[in-house]
Amino acid sequence: MQENASTSSLPSENRRSFLGTLLSLGSFFIGALLAVPLIRFALFPLLRRTTELKESPVGALGDFSSLNEPVARTIQIEQVDGWRKAVSEKAVYVTKDTRGQLLVLSSICPHLGCTVPWVSGKNEFVCPCHGATFSPDGKRVSGPSLRGMDTLETKVQEGQLLVRFQYFRQLVADKEVIG
Amino acid sequence: MASSDHSETDIRQEIEAGVRGWLNRRTGLDALLRAALDEPVPGGARLAYIFGSGLLFIFLSQIITGVFLALYYVPSADHAHTTVAYITKSVTAGSFLRSLHAYGASAMVVVLLLHLSQTYIYGAYKGRRELLWLSGCVLFVLVLAMAFTGYLLPWDQRAYFATAVGTNAASEIPWIGESLKRMMRGGTEMGTLTISRFFVAHVFLIPAFIFALIASHIFLFRKAGAAGPVTENPYKPEQKSEPFYPRQVLMDLSLTALLIVGLGLLCFMVPASLGPAANPADTQYIPRPEWYYLPIFQWLKYWHGAASVVGILIIPTVLVLAIIALPFLDRSIERRPWKRPAAIATYAFVLFMLLGLGLRSQYLDKHDSGVAQQLAKQKTEEEEYMRKPFEPELSSASLVAANVALADPLAAKGKTIFEAQSCNACHGDGGVGTAAGPALVGIAAKFPPDRVAELLKRPTTKMTAGGMPAVNLPPDDLKALVAYLESLK
Repeated sequence: MQENASTSSLPSENRRSFLGTLLSLGSFFIGALLAVPLIRFALFPLLRRTTELKESPVGALGDFSSLNEPVARTIQIEQVDGWRKAVSEKAVYVTKDTRGQLLVLSSICPHLGCTVPWVSGKNEFVCPCHGATFSPDGKRVSGPSLRGMDTLETKVQEGQLLVRFQYFRQLVADKEVIG
Repeated sequence: MASSDHSETDIRQEIEAGVRGWLNRRTGLDALLRAALDEPVPGGARLAYIFGSGLLFIFLSQIITGVFLALYYVPSADHAHTTVAYITKSVTAGSFLRSLHAYGASAMVVVLLLHLSQTYIYGAYKGRRELLWLSGCVLFVLVLAMAFTGYLLPWDQRAYFATAVGTNAASEIPWIGESLKRMMRGGTEMGTLTISRFFVAHVFLIPAFIFALIASHIFLFRKAGAAGPVTENPYKPEQKSEPFYPRQVLMDLSLTALLIVGLGLLCFMVPASLGPAANPADTQYIPRPEWYYLPIFQWLKYWHGAASVVGILIIPTVLVLAIIALPFLDRSIERRPWKRPAAIATYAFVLFMLLGLGLRSQYLDKHDSGVAQQLAKQKTEEEEYMRKPFEPELSSASLVAANVALADPLAAKGKTIFEAQSCNACHGDGGVGTAAGPALVGIAAKFPPDRVAELLKRPTTKMTAGGMPAVNLPPDDLKALVAYLESLK
């Protein structure tokens, strides 16, 4: 077998090694080409948004035209996570800023994340956990929180107030989106 | 300083030998490559010998695409169909890779039949090649088992009902059939345990056996040597041989190239489809197996009652035994097909039977208007499903929340209080628990409503230490809150 192979390969050794190089290069090239769909497939979650939050309706704009104090609304948020989605409910406050513009506040305390209730008698938001207080438009009044309550992005579409619910980093002075 | 001299010459030698030399000294790669490439092919390279390496290539492609598909696939009756739909409709190149895997299975069966036919017609099983033939037979069965187990995994209507029929067919085997069926299904009915079983078989068990058998198949092949043309002596090759490389390699590669281009184009132009999710309650659905199972499917239709022992057990067993025993029974060294009329006639007969049964099944479907109508309807449903955009699955956590709101108005009111009082800040939405507070789910099993109300009003010292404040609510609100807590499951 050994003898056979060497006699048949000796005269054309150069041609064989040239062919070998050509074949290796060709296979490498085709292999690389075939790897393209595999890589795109594997990198899909990194290149495309696979987790996203959609805007949720808060209510008809008319409901909030004559607000004199913040009202709580429960919104349904749809969170997409790869091939599944979770629908959860979050409480938000619809209120007005000093110039009378509608504001939507997250009810999550920027201190440590408790849900902040509106205390009508005191005309303030008072966090039950550590006593942070906020004015009706969410500005920080007193307590351990480093910033005021977080405003959420809003949009009006066909008379409906829509809000984009987001989570913000706690225990920092500046509003910073997480997740 | 002899040792340093030695290492210096050693280094110089290594540098002169280059990267390849360096590798070769450590791995013996050159000798290995030479052994692989200089394999003698008696009588010279031929296109007839290309199918084995073609199978190896498809198998490799199946492993790679399979591993990648597993990045997104979840083997459970709840999620299997959603994840396959996600792969098919959302993930970049997902439809292409899934098609490659699905069509790869068909290509495997086609090339396997060609490989088997070539071996049979060329009499290449002769001359101390009994074990080589035997390992090939086992590989054949394993490939069909891969196709059978893989077919169920998308859990669409087609997959579900085809497997229901497939496992039912197994139960027709006398004596052991019923246990076999239950073994495969993981119970009397098809369900999520069936998927688990099929998944484990498809991904772990059968591939492990295939790896082992491919290794022995190649080892036995190299031990016996290539059989060469039909005029060659199967025991001792007499004709002038040619090394495997380069001409046979080029021929083998041409099949690989053909497979890449053919499968690639097919997957690109006619991607594998996915039907609506399996609906076990559907009584109208008419299942049809993949084309390579059609002959068996049709064959089983002819055997019922007492006669089924003959058709389902005796005839197949005799056939399989005959195939396995072929190299033991056929001891002549004659390999030329025209000198082996009985062997060739048997081959033609079996092929004719398989083809006939398959075509008969197709013919019957077309000419029974009821069946044809239902099959057309199923096809339309599948096409409609494919056109719909991907719809993410609603996670179970959100369903529980929705159910509570619907079930009991008192509990629904309690839920609002739960959120307004910030209970969810520590105990989580729906009382699932967080790092800051324990889960309240299932509290009904631990405490009756009165006790829960009491604990809310006057928490224990342990609770207070954990940060739980006393709940001060009007009686009606407290009752609603307790009703909500007791409803958490």
